[in-house]
Amino acid sequence: MKKIIIADDEHKILMSLEYSFRKSGYEVFIARDGSEVMDLLKTEIPAAVLLDIMMPNLDGYETLQQIRAEEQLKDCKIVIVSAKNNPADIQKAYDLGADAYVTKPYSIKKLLQQVDELIT
Amino acid sequence: MNSVGLFILVLLYLVLLFFIASVAEKSRKPFWVNNPYIYSLSIAVYCSAWTYYGSIGVAATRGLEYLTIYIGPIIIIPAWIIINAKIIRISRVNKISSIADFISLRYGNSRSLGALITLICAAAIVPYIGLQIKAISDTFHLVSHTANSNNIFTDSATYVVALITVFSSYYGTKYVDASEKRVGVIAAVAAESILKLIFFLVLGIYVTYGVFNGWDDLYAQASTFSDFAHKNSIGGLTGALNWCLMSLLSMSAIFLLPRQFHTTIVENRREKHLRTALWLVPLYLLLINIFVFPVAWGGNILFKGASVNAEMYSILIPQKFGQHIITVIVFLGGLSASVSMIIISSIALSIMMSNNLIIPYGILNKISESNVKDNTKLIVTVRKIGIALLIVCAYLFYKFYINENSLFSVGLMSFVIIAQLAPSFFSAIFWKRGSYWGAVSGLIAGVFMCYKMLILPEMSGAVVSQSFFTIDYFDPMTNAFFWSLFVNTVIFALVSIFGKGNYTERNYAEMYVDIDKYLKYQDSAFVWKGTAETEDIRRILIRFLGEEKTKQALHIFNQKYNITDEEDTADARLIKFSENLLAGRIGTASAKILIESVTKEDKISLPEVLGILEESKQNILLNKQLTEQSQKLKQLSAQLQHANASLLEKDKQKDEFLDAVAHELRTPITAIRAAGELLQDDEDMPEGIRSQFLYNIISESDRLNELINDILYLDKLEHTEQVLEIAQYNIKNTIKKVIQPIEHLVEKEEIKLDVRLNLTREFFYYDEKRMIQVINNLLANAIKFTKEKHGEILLSVCNPQENLELKIYNSGKQIPDDELEMIFEKFYQSRNQNLKKPLGSGLGLSISKKIIEAHHGYIYAKNILDGVQFTLSVPQNYDKYEKNNYSR
Repeated sequence: MKKIIIADDEHKILMSLEYSFRKSGYEVFIARDGSEVMDLLKTEIPAAVLLDIMMPNLDGYETLQQIRAEEQLKDCKIVIVSAKNNPADIQKAYDLGADAYVTKPYSIKKLLQQVDELIT
Repeated sequence: MNSVGLFILVLLYLVLLFFIASVAEKSRKPFWVNNPYIYSLSIAVYCSAWTYYGSIGVAATRGLEYLTIYIGPIIIIPAWIIINAKIIRISRVNKISSIADFISLRYGNSRSLGALITLICAAAIVPYIGLQIKAISDTFHLVSHTANSNNIFTDSATYVVALITVFSSYYGTKYVDASEKRVGVIAAVAAESILKLIFFLVLGIYVTYGVFNGWDDLYAQASTFSDFAHKNSIGGLTGALNWCLMSLLSMSAIFLLPRQFHTTIVENRREKHLRTALWLVPLYLLLINIFVFPVAWGGNILFKGASVNAEMYSILIPQKFGQHIITVIVFLGGLSASVSMIIISSIALSIMMSNNLIIPYGILNKISESNVKDNTKLIVTVRKIGIALLIVCAYLFYKFYINENSLFSVGLMSFVIIAQLAPSFFSAIFWKRGSYWGAVSGLIAGVFMCYKMLILPEMSGAVVSQSFFTIDYFDPMTNAFFWSLFVNTVIFALVSIFGKGNYTERNYAEMYVDIDKYLKYQDSAFVWKGTAETEDIRRILIRFLGEEKTKQALHIFNQKYNITDEEDTADARLIKFSENLLAGRIGTASAKILIESVTKEDKISLPEVLGILEESKQNILLNKQLTEQSQKLKQLSAQLQHANASLLEKDKQKDEFLDAVAHELRTPITAIRAAGELLQDDEDMPEGIRSQFLYNIISESDRLNELINDILYLDKLEHTEQVLEIAQYNIKNTIKKVIQPIEHLVEKEEIKLDVRLNLTREFFYYDEKRMIQVINNLLANAIKFTKEKHGEILLSVCNPQENLELKIYNSGKQIPDDELEMIFEKFYQSRNQNLKKPLGSGLGLSISKKIIEAHHGYIYAKNILDGVQFTLSVPQNYDKYEKNNYSR
């Protein structure tokens, strides 16, 4: 079963994403900030991580950096999902090693498709 | 002594003078060239034969009056340090060579005024020279025991005069440039001054101690004369008035006599020489007068009852006692006095005649076309002939007119005529308004008065008839002097005041009166407008200076003003410079005419001169204004830069704000969209989840709405007028209104909420609705940041110093000290990654701060204990503020 970690500090956003991915057959882990993601990664090696950027404690960029620093997580696909949509922010994410960048608000259907394509 | 012997003696004496003059001329050592004593002694040329013979005559027959001729100069000489210093400076820069030059230059460099002054001087001085010749001739005959012959050619005195003429014309014309110094002549004159003083003292000592037994003896014998007391007192008030006027007359004579102007001004080499003259000349005048009284009264005693000419006492006394040596010595002293006067007077007059009369009116056209050699020769010849002619005229005048008249009266007449120059002369250096027409009309009127009151009666021998111009207690001479000078001065002043001079006059007036200022600017201070070719001016200069000297002079000029040799057009400075160069040779008036012949001078009218002044004044003003404006502009530009920077900053802030707003808006939209999409697509969604998503849509919509409201409200607070509705409210009630809705939430979170009121009164001024909003914000904040369970919140209210003060403390995580102020910025929390997401819009603290500031209060946060405390304070002294501010 494909594992995915979804991180966002907005409870209501997390709720919809968790519901959709689970329904598509993913094993979903949710995190409310970057540090929770890093905690989860100590035990799990997911196929993909969905990261919001603006999160307390450890933001999306920092989390992305830390994941990319881990050798055993190199196959893990990282998708940034953020309301920030200016090119500089997007470029920064790709520079840090993101595999995809999805801007909020998104279509859940398309997001699922994108993640599916990434991990197969 | 026979006439041949005496003639040979005169010849030897003149040879001695030639010798001194040529030694001085040749050696050119500082002793001769730069000697203040020679300069001062040459000024003693003032003491002519009149002093030698005339004074004694006056002292013997009239009394102390003779002294006035010396008292005047002695009184005024200290003022030379001011007056003559100024005149010397003016003359130096303008190459002035005579008093006619000096006065005519001041009144617009006028050719006609120069000519007029020359004529007046000639009219006054030729008889005066005649007097000297008469003195020489009379004493010659007296000493040689020969009779005065009416036949000029058989009269031995004629040959003496001829000798003097040759000497004068030879040394008087050694230099073409009239403003150059005549070292030889001046040295000879100074030597003569020493001789005449020593000889006169020898006579005085001989008479006082040889003939008589000293002063007491002489005085005792003289005092037996019945008129002694009368002659030796001033003579009451009327006498004193005459004395004053006579002193005034001699005072002006020491300045105005051409020979005095020549020795004092033209021959001055160093201004500091004046300082020696300041004491030496008065001393000389005092010394030469010591023995006038004993010789005069000695004569009166010795020749009592005899019919002898009292003026000849100084020769008759030694002759009576057979003292041939002393007789000859006195004759030689008198000769010295006469000769030096004749030489200097004729030189001064001949320069005036040539430079102010003959060259400008006669031969200027001729010389302007010849070469330098011819010109120099011509000028010298003119001067030589001039000197000779003057002496010949004087001799003839003596022979055929003044033979019978006394030295004293003819001498005084000369003085009175010369004194007519006084108004235009003295005002030249002190009064800028004096004008050409004033000078001319004053001079003519004064001379006319002299003619009517002095010369006419003198010639006809008639007694002056009573008229309007007669003041009883004045002597005829004093009377003429007073009235002529009075009329002269009044007319000069009135015409000057009511007429207006042209710009050249004003130019020179400025220069004369402010010579020291002018010295700084020199040629460039001269206002001149017109066009001239450098080449034309050069050609004129060559004709008078020669090729080499012209080249040198122009080179110096070009270097001085940094002008290239190729400059084609001459400017005002070159015009003035060239005029000065020529002025020495042919006089200022002729120099001007010559230069004018090749320049096209545009007349500068007075308004134009004023225009120039006004222009420069305006330029200065404009400059000042420009400087001020540029400073203002600098300030403005700095302000603009500042404003621009702050605008850019605001623009950046606005961008950031919009960015943040967009981000904040997208968050709830994302949630709504996702929930909506799921609800639409997923038909077999469990009911519980479905209703949860529906709830999410509604609550996120509310959040969106709240966010938009907050943004708009904040904008209103920032950009529109005050929106507060301030009134008196009971703070207790307000607090209650805030607490009630959240009690449930607090209980649920198990937060300990403590409210403490510590008030001296309950009613305060504020906008209750807004105050509730602020407290709500702060409490919500506190609840959010306190530890989720068992947190502590303390709300305390007090009123220190007329202020309403609220403190809200919550336990929990502290804010880093450097961020305590930043938390009031918009969307601070969402931008700061270390904080939890806000519950509200992220604008709560910003809005709270704005509201408190609108109340003129303040809000801040600080870390205390193990939590954070917000303090807000609202002032209550509303009298200080305009109520309007709040009620609007």
